[in-house]
Amino acid sequence: MSDSIDIINAFALLTNFVILPALSYGSQLALGALAVTLVYSILRFSNFAQGDSMAFGTMLVILISGYMISKGWTITGFPTAILAIPLALIGMAIYLLLMDRLVYRHYRKIKAKQNIIGITASIGVMFITGGIVRFILGASAQRFGDGERFIFSVREFKAFTGLEQGIAFKTSQFLTISLAILLVAFLFYFLQKTKTGKAMRAYSDNTELALLSGIDPDKVVQITWLLVALFTTIAGTLYGLDKGFAPQQYHLLLLPIFASVIVGGIGSPIGAIAGAFLVAFSEILLTYAYKKFLIYLLPLSMHPSSLVQLIGTEYKYAISFVILVIVLLIRPTGIFKGKVIDGE
Amino acid sequence: MVNNMKTFFQDKKAVAYFTIMAVVLIFVGLNQSWALALGIINMSLISAIMALGVNIQWGYAGLMNVGIMGFAALGGVSVVLIAQQPVAEAVDAGGIKMFIALIMGAATITLGILLNRRGINKWLITAIVVTGYLFTRYYFSEAADIIEKVDPAITGYLGGFGLPIAFSWIVGGVIAAGAAWWVGKITLGLRTDYLAIATLGISEIILYVIKNEDWFVRGLKNVYGLPRPVPYEVDMQQSEWFQNFIAWIHRSELQLLSQSDQIEKLTDYVREAAVVFVKLCYSGLFIAILVSLIVLSNLALNSPWGRKVRAIRDNEVAASAMGKDIKSQHLQIFVLGSAIVGVAGALLVTYDGIFIPTAYMPLRFTFLIWVMVILGGSGNNMGSVLGAFIIWFIWIQSGPMGLWFVEMLSNNMAEGSSSLEFIEDRVHYLRLVFMGAILLLIMRFSPSGLLPEKNKQL
Repeated sequence: MSDSIDIINAFALLTNFVILPALSYGSQLALGALAVTLVYSILRFSNFAQGDSMAFGTMLVILISGYMISKGWTITGFPTAILAIPLALIGMAIYLLLMDRLVYRHYRKIKAKQNIIGITASIGVMFITGGIVRFILGASAQRFGDGERFIFSVREFKAFTGLEQGIAFKTSQFLTISLAILLVAFLFYFLQKTKTGKAMRAYSDNTELALLSGIDPDKVVQITWLLVALFTTIAGTLYGLDKGFAPQQYHLLLLPIFASVIVGGIGSPIGAIAGAFLVAFSEILLTYAYKKFLIYLLPLSMHPSSLVQLIGTEYKYAISFVILVIVLLIRPTGIFKGKVIDGE
Repeated sequence: MVNNMKTFFQDKKAVAYFTIMAVVLIFVGLNQSWALALGIINMSLISAIMALGVNIQWGYAGLMNVGIMGFAALGGVSVVLIAQQPVAEAVDAGGIKMFIALIMGAATITLGILLNRRGINKWLITAIVVTGYLFTRYYFSEAADIIEKVDPAITGYLGGFGLPIAFSWIVGGVIAAGAAWWVGKITLGLRTDYLAIATLGISEIILYVIKNEDWFVRGLKNVYGLPRPVPYEVDMQQSEWFQNFIAWIHRSELQLLSQSDQIEKLTDYVREAAVVFVKLCYSGLFIAILVSLIVLSNLALNSPWGRKVRAIRDNEVAASAMGKDIKSQHLQIFVLGSAIVGVAGALLVTYDGIFIPTAYMPLRFTFLIWVMVILGGSGNNMGSVLGAFIIWFIWIQSGPMGLWFVEMLSNNMAEGSSSLEFIEDRVHYLRLVFMGAILLLIMRFSPSGLLPEKNKQL
């Protein structure tokens, strides 16, 4: 076997186990991080309920798609969950607007220190949401993806290319990456080109000035929650299709999502996306066992005997925390200068 | 201090609330059982100590600690490390190796920090740190393997120092304070939410380490049979004076019975009483610690230091203009509060007698402590104590109440109906919803809580 084939095999291996998973995980985090960024920019608090809201959105999708499957309303090739998303979106939007009406609106009206009160209130919402999800679906893990699992599988890829190592492209990965691109494009178009989007940016930059120029604050907040519902539901569903649904895991997503937002710079949408991919790639690159990869690349005498894994998989959440700490120590503003000090 | 106590007793509201709580607990004791009532009281006392720590952070300084469980777990770890006997075999086999690995890790970090201060090329530092990390990890996993192989079913860890358990309460506080100092040093002075997020992160990591590092505190295999600061039930049952004492209490009832019935009845009574007695010992211990902590923190709060703290909380900008160093002040308070949470964590494991890492469920207990502080009235120590009693009581009793409610419903439903089983299975998750609702309702309609902070005016 020639060396160049070995190198191609090694990179096929890396694509299959690192690049594709990290791209889709990064896209899921990015959507969640954008939702946090939106809430932060307009409502001025860090939304601790994000992880559990994603679980709530996913729960709606699971329930609706379950009903659809029982009626036989499916599409060939893709999970029924995709069909259920529009309906779930409506439910999610209603839930978030209701929470805003019942919980957050009051603190906007009395002009409380929104960051600290908002966090406390969102922790309350987090527990209510988490409790509802666990009550309805239980706390154990479940899978809800149906339809074809792969766009092309390892075997098909091997047969096609004749390589020793194959690449599988999962349907969930395809959906994640393409939907994420669509949503991000939509968000940037919306914020840059439409009148409502511009109003939102103005409100975020300088609330007083925006109010003076006749922007309706209630409308801005409502549109924000609608966008949050969109991003939250889709991020949650995609994560669930990829890795299965478990409420506790969604709750813990809070940490990588916050790490993404802070690494990128709080309040900056581009930063949130960059941060999400940084976190996702670090997590997977550091927990991947490089043994097989190195065997392809190194001569026989240097083959590693251990797994060559930098950090055990069980500590993957620690990675986002360490990234967070490093950023806070070196550059608290994040990559794309965000807001560092409380702006009340 | 004397003044403070006076104002407390003059405050009719506080006295009324505590009296109601006491009556409710006595009611539970009479109707359900004294062991249950004392169990609730003891857990409430521990929660009260934890809530006190959180109140110092949140009520005195507005610092958000979302990782209470992590700090409590550090307290729990310290109980294992201090009170358990060392596992000589494991220490002989892998102790030195582990020690070297840990020293290497520490040296790598220190070297990295020192070189960074000197302003040496960042890439060089990264290379040094990565090399150091790889070596550390290699030695570390080898040492961990050796230690975990020593009789894994019973030990498989290094054990502790075999010191008196009371010592671990202080150590628990110190370890928690150390972790808090590190987190605070990095995040305080930046945005408020950075601290909240960082505490959430550190507590998750602490729990992951405890669950996964078997050589350390046995991980998911739990540590059983921790020593106790109070007598064992079995010893009490066999001690003569205790039997005589119980016989004396129930003398009128026992006299009416025949000889054999008397003995049988008396053994029953002694068995029950031994449980109650042990729980009472714990209650005494916890009350002593709680009271001394409250006294100390009230003294501190009314000292010049306390006035400074409150001044900073109420108007950071003005305090800063007066030349107060806000960051270091916040750091002090954060460390102090976390230390108290650590002590409470150590007490919790002491009370349980076993160390179960999976019992630290951030979702439930961090949040419960929060609700206690906010319900009781943030900034008021007695409020936190009251909140602890009320919330823990509701938490414990809402399980049976929920089930009772479901059973009431079931009378109107068909036997074995699937939706009923479903509800019975999951009804305890509704407690989360219920607690969340309490938190939001208090924040909305009574932000200063049941017992509002007294000394707002300086």
